[in-house]
Amino acid sequence: MINSPAELEQLRQEILSKRNSNKARISICAGAGCLATGAGKVIDAFNAEVEKAGLTADVNVKGTGCPGFCERGPIVVIDPAEICYLQVSPQDVPEIVSETIKKEKVVDRLVYSDPAKNEKAIREADIPFYKNQERNIIGNNIKIDPKVIDDYLALRGYSALVKALFQMTSEQVLEEVKKSGLRGRGGGGFPTGIKWEAARKAPGETKYVIVNADEGDPGAFMDRAVLEGNPHSILEGLIIGAYAIGSHEGYIYVRQEYPLALENVGVAIKQAREYGFLGRNILGSNFDFDIKVHRGAGAFVCGEETALLLSLEGKPGEPRARPPYPATSGLWGKPTNINNVETWANVPLIINNGADWYNQFGTARSKGTKIFSLVGKIKNTGLVEVPMGATLRDIIYKIGDGIPGGKKFKAVQTGGPAGGCIPEEHLDIAVDFDELTKAGAIMGSGGMIVLDEDTCMVDVARYFLNFLTQESCGKCSPCREGVKQMHRILTNITEGRGKEGDIELLEELAMSTGSASLCALGRTAPNPVLSTIRYFRHEYETHIKEKRCPSFTCQGLVSYYVDPAKCDACRICFRECSSHAIIGGKNLIHIIDQAKCNACGTCFEVCPARFGAVIRISGEPVPARIPDEMRIIVRQRRVKREKQDERSLHTD
Amino acid sequence: MNSEKIEQIIDNHHGEAGSLIQILLDIQNEFHWLPGEALDLVSKKLQIPLSQIQHTATFYKAFSLVPKGRHEISICMGTACHVRGAPRVLEVVQQITGLQPGETDADMKFSLDTVNCLGCCALGPVIEIDEQHLGKVAPAKTAELLKNYE
Repeated sequence: MINSPAELEQLRQEILSKRNSNKARISICAGAGCLATGAGKVIDAFNAEVEKAGLTADVNVKGTGCPGFCERGPIVVIDPAEICYLQVSPQDVPEIVSETIKKEKVVDRLVYSDPAKNEKAIREADIPFYKNQERNIIGNNIKIDPKVIDDYLALRGYSALVKALFQMTSEQVLEEVKKSGLRGRGGGGFPTGIKWEAARKAPGETKYVIVNADEGDPGAFMDRAVLEGNPHSILEGLIIGAYAIGSHEGYIYVRQEYPLALENVGVAIKQAREYGFLGRNILGSNFDFDIKVHRGAGAFVCGEETALLLSLEGKPGEPRARPPYPATSGLWGKPTNINNVETWANVPLIINNGADWYNQFGTARSKGTKIFSLVGKIKNTGLVEVPMGATLRDIIYKIGDGIPGGKKFKAVQTGGPAGGCIPEEHLDIAVDFDELTKAGAIMGSGGMIVLDEDTCMVDVARYFLNFLTQESCGKCSPCREGVKQMHRILTNITEGRGKEGDIELLEELAMSTGSASLCALGRTAPNPVLSTIRYFRHEYETHIKEKRCPSFTCQGLVSYYVDPAKCDACRICFRECSSHAIIGGKNLIHIIDQAKCNACGTCFEVCPARFGAVIRISGEPVPARIPDEMRIIVRQRRVKREKQDERSLHTD
Repeated sequence: MNSEKIEQIIDNHHGEAGSLIQILLDIQNEFHWLPGEALDLVSKKLQIPLSQIQHTATFYKAFSLVPKGRHEISICMGTACHVRGAPRVLEVVQQITGLQPGETDADMKFSLDTVNCLGCCALGPVIEIDEQHLGKVAPAKTAELLKNYE
């Protein structure tokens, strides 16, 4: 138990002095993404190999937080040389230990390389994916074993808390956060300092502070990475916030779909209590504060703060009208302040370095950095942290390395189900809260899904409305009915039943749902529809008027048939078709039974490129099937032999 | 059903009504569903009407009111997986298993569910079988994949 700032500094020095900076350290990303690609086995292999080589005392092996480069996981960083190995498998481990650890040689095939651009990078900092980022928040993840508090302390951890508690009054902490211009990272973009001030000023003894880690946007996982990878940074931010607001009780609301985040947060809270960062009289400051963890049970709407509060009380999470805002009447009717994970992660940085330092990052009205999860049709899937104001083009091309498979970029969808799609011509806008809203999308929590020419924009709108139909809690009718009707119309359009006037009807429904719904879920539900109509109206029209899906996505508008001139009767599609819709046989040109075919496209994919016999069409009729007597394939070899026979006859 | 286990779970949360969701989650994790008798017991011990417990149990997706099969298949329908072909993976799995999302087959072999995002988008389309992630799933190879489960 640490009882004063001096004791903490002493402990920190002890930790640092025990850590020889020349000692080899092997850090393996143990985030959920890398674990899914086998990082657990890589960690085991390193431990076994280091032991086998008798190096246990000289080498430190640890599983760490996620550094963000999911595309090339599992990721291994070897310090002090700062060598970064990508896509490491357990089979690579003996070589890494014998070459890099023992002989300080780089294993060439495991470092970053891009043969097309003739680029190579050994250090993490030189890899283009990282080089173009500003990693204030997730940069430390790879240096920290989230289950070891000393790792956080070694990196100045909890020094912002000491500064807040011992060198600043709670008013000064609040003023610093206000001055920093920090805005809520969960999607709302509301100024954090002003929110804190409202809760601070609200009358009442008992006040609550809450971490909203109910990250529900599909394709967004930055909060998970911070919570899993650097949980103490969230705890530190929350304790500082509690001090500024005058709260002694906090909650972390984590969705139960994030088991590793739950585990790491649980361990972090236990360690923080043991060290005296939580509990009574924190570090001898007379300030008391403790945290409980609440598991969310899988409801997207619980990300909305009034729904989250009800869920915390053990009830179904159905939002209520605001005001009263949670700042005056929140959890169990008490003043409550809720911020998103990433917002809390910014707080220790602001207190440690000052609002002026923080203000150097970002644009006039959006300060600091933002983590985006860059996913979809992109070469480098992963988490990227950039200063507010970076352009979409830089994020997608410089960091994400563009679209895979030589395909053309079509749009980028930002902000999750409440967001919108931004086309090519707006790629140069500076990404901040206001610019994205102007373009018809939103920052949201930071999901960034890249779409290429093979993506149908009507289908994307239908996808999000389907999501929202399922997640609408049903309490208010504009959302319950409006979202459902928009989804029905979009489904009709994608299945070939679209009719004149549908686009206008969608616009009208969007307007009323957006303006009359109770909470943000319904109010923002029209965004995916309106933004796709705004930029891709022609795709809607093609679906409605020509019954054609230009990107061949909407199964109801696409047909497949076999080109008799190209089919070689190889029987691959015949075997793979799960609908048994292919009429085939040995040496028989295959035919697709249109009555059975569900247009899943498997035959199109498995047909060998050298034949390319399966043809897909949309908006035009399928050619008539060829008569059975013409289906027999006479093999070339046989023809050749016949010709040879003929020739030999002549020569005879 | 093991009522002792359920009582223990309720006691772990000090029998507080505000812990209803946490208690139901623990029961769900223990039994992989919420047996009716368990809900009766929770209702009695926490003094919450069964109708309110049903409201909560049907509101949140984590809860199942029917037993699950030996193998739980979750198909990620997140946006990144969607644009990379998840709907087709789902369709093939539905065809092979004969199940709709939320259903379990008669011999309790497979349960099928869709999830909104598993958060390993680099691997999309992703399916999860018995908590194991399988990435870059090709619809055509799905039948082969499911043959590995008994």
